[in-house]
Order: sequence, then C-alpha cells, then structure tokens
Amino acid sequence: MENKIQVTDVCKHYGNTLALDHVSVTLEQPCIYGLLGRNGAGKSTLLNLISNRVYPDAGTVTIDGQDCRDNDQALGKLFLTSEKNLYPESMRVGDAIRWTASFYSDFDQPYALSLAEAYELPLKKKIKSLSTGYGSIFKLVVALAANTPYLLLDEPVLGLDAHHRQLFYRQLLESYNKNPRCIVISTHLIEEVARVIERVVILNEGRLVCHEACDELLQRCCCITGPAEAVDRFAAGRKVLGYDALGGLKACYLLEPAPAELPAGLQASTPDLQQLFINLTNGGTAK
Amino acid sequence: MAFALDDSRPIYIQIAEQIEDAILSGAYPEESQIPSTTEFSAICRINPATVLKGFNLLVERQILYKKRGLGMFVSPGAIQAITATRKERFYESYVRPLAAEAHKLGLREEDLTQMIKRCYTDGK
Repeated sequence: MENKIQVTDVCKHYGNTLALDHVSVTLEQPCIYGLLGRNGAGKSTLLNLISNRVYPDAGTVTIDGQDCRDNDQALGKLFLTSEKNLYPESMRVGDAIRWTASFYSDFDQPYALSLAEAYELPLKKKIKSLSTGYGSIFKLVVALAANTPYLLLDEPVLGLDAHHRQLFYRQLLESYNKNPRCIVISTHLIEEVARVIERVVILNEGRLVCHEACDELLQRCCCITGPAEAVDRFAAGRKVLGYDALGGLKACYLLEPAPAELPAGLQASTPDLQQLFINLTNGGTAK
Repeated sequence: MAFALDDSRPIYIQIAEQIEDAILSGAYPEESQIPSTTEFSAICRINPATVLKGFNLLVERQILYKKRGLGMFVSPGAIQAITATRKERFYESYVRPLAAEAHKLGLREEDLTQMIKRCYTDGK
C-alpha cells in the first residue's frame, strides 16, 4: 500500500468562481509541506477537498490508495484544523480534548494535557469564551495530540502572539521528530515557516505553480542588483520572474542560478522564500 | 537559542559552519558528543532534514563521526581539519572581496598593506 495522499486533476467551482483548476499533487510521508498562496488562491479548498468536507467537481483524492469520498477508514488517518470551530460551543476545553480522544485511536491524552499546560490553555473554560489566539491554540493542541499519519493545518498560527508562535513551531518539530508523518501547513507567514518546511506547494488563482524542495527552489533562483541599465542588459533573454526598482537601482529576480562571473557593477544574491513567492504569484511560474 | 542564520546561502551549509565554529571555540571539544539532529531541529526551529544535511556534510569531511546507537561525536583532529580547510578558502572568502572593495573605493595596494600591518601591530 502506498503511504501518500494523491490529488489527481481536481477541479472545484463555487458558483462562477473556479477555486481549483486541474490541480494534481502528491503529499508523501514523512515530510512537512508549506502550502502557500495568496488570499483566494485555493489553499483551504484543497485542504477541504482532501478531508472530504467539500466534493470536487472533477478529479479524485486518494489517501493511502483509497478514495477519500465518504470513506471513514481513509479519513480517520487525517486531521484537519480549520478556521471554523466544529465543536459544540458550550463544551469545555478539557471535555473537548477527552471527546476528540475517543475518535482517534492514537490520540495522546497526556501529551495534549502537557501541551495545554505549556500554552496555559484553561481547560475549564468553554470553547466559545476563548480568545482568537487561545481558540487557535486549542485546535493546535488537539491536532498535534491526534497523531494521525496526515495532519493538515490551515492557518495554524492565526491570532497567536510571537511567543506562542515560536513555541508552536518548536512543538511541531518535536512532535514531528518523535512521530515523522505528513504535515501540511497553509500559511501567509512565509518567513516564519521557511525553515520549518521541507517542500513547498504554491497555488496561484486555483492552479499549482510550484511543488518542490524548498532549498532546491531557492538555489535555482537568484536576484541580480545593480544600475538599472546594466541589470536590464543582463536580464534580456533570461527567465525573469519580476523586478524591483529603487531610483536608478534595480533588482531582478531570475529563475536560474547566479552565474559565476557577473558584469562589473552587478551583484548576485539569493532571494528568500517570501520574495520568491511574491514574484511567483505575480504572473510568473516556476515551470 | 537561535543560530545566526541568514537567507543568503543554503541553511544546511550555515548549520555546518556554525557547528564548525562551535568546535573551534571549544564549545564542542574533540571526542565529545554533540546534540542530536532532533535537538537542533526543535530548538532552532529548523526542519530535521535540513539539519541532517548539515550534519552529513561534516560527516563526509570527517569532522563528525557516528557512534552506532549513541549519536554524533566530534572527530579527533577536527580542529586541525577545519582550520586547514578554512585556510585554503581564506583567499577566496576574505582576501578577494577585500581587494574588490578596496578597488571600488580607489584604495591602492600600498594603502591596503598598510592597513593590514596596522591591524597586526594594534592587535598585539
């Protein structure tokens, strides 16, 4: 049996809006994926399709070779956290943790309680009375403790302060090191996850524009900076993703590694993932 | 704790360099065990695959070695090996950029040698 999520040629419309346009992607074990895209790029739709919360108009999703559609056995291997709270609002945090444990055979309750303590998550409070930040923390505690082979985190750090975000990334990696599995993080905070993720999946306007190892993507791109004229001369005929200009100084992002020798006055640097993402979702493609 | 990492070069190479620096500084003595990849990964918040790539680079260069079932150790002679490699690269890494910057500023060769001499006398 193959241990992977296989999304094949999936399309999804909401009314006249095409949310996903023939997307195919394979999510393997073990790996931490960063799912990146601008607002409305189709990230949440993709995660919801994988978790059978919405149906595709076309295409298939399989989990370990089994079609995910209304398949409890396949879906039990997966945990998705999303913005929406799916728990009864008057339920208390501690009860919700115990309740979730009854659905997931590998749920680690002592670990969930130790996480809750680390975040100072009040177990006796009702879910509806939690602040946005603590609402997110509650979902993360349950998600990490669920120990499912596939963990999908949709905007996991929404509303978390800097201290809690740092704690979360550390706990995520501790949990991953203890139980290596397939984790997908969809986020807008690219700089924060750049070193946590191993592979990057970029969606733009419902299409997959990039799926590759993070460091490989960064290494095959470069940024050339210098006087505008010299940069233009150099960039002519090359695979240009985008430009930045600051007066007479120009930077050009190229989809090719920096050459060993550069014309005088030009400097090469490696763009970071965020810069690259902005350029890739501005009309360019990494193909 | 956070290593001083930047985005200019691959992270695994920078991890390897930081471990080398720690060996040179005496923080990780020869024949001592260094923290595991999982410790590095969680504490520095870096993907374990990236950390492992950095460790493997140092194993290839025989600066670290694996003790089966125990973990990663600093090789005897690691300090000498690191120093030797860095000496070899010194010209490319430091002297050439120094000369290029001096050239950009219109400094002459004599000016540069004067400054280097001054460093040595001031340093004493």
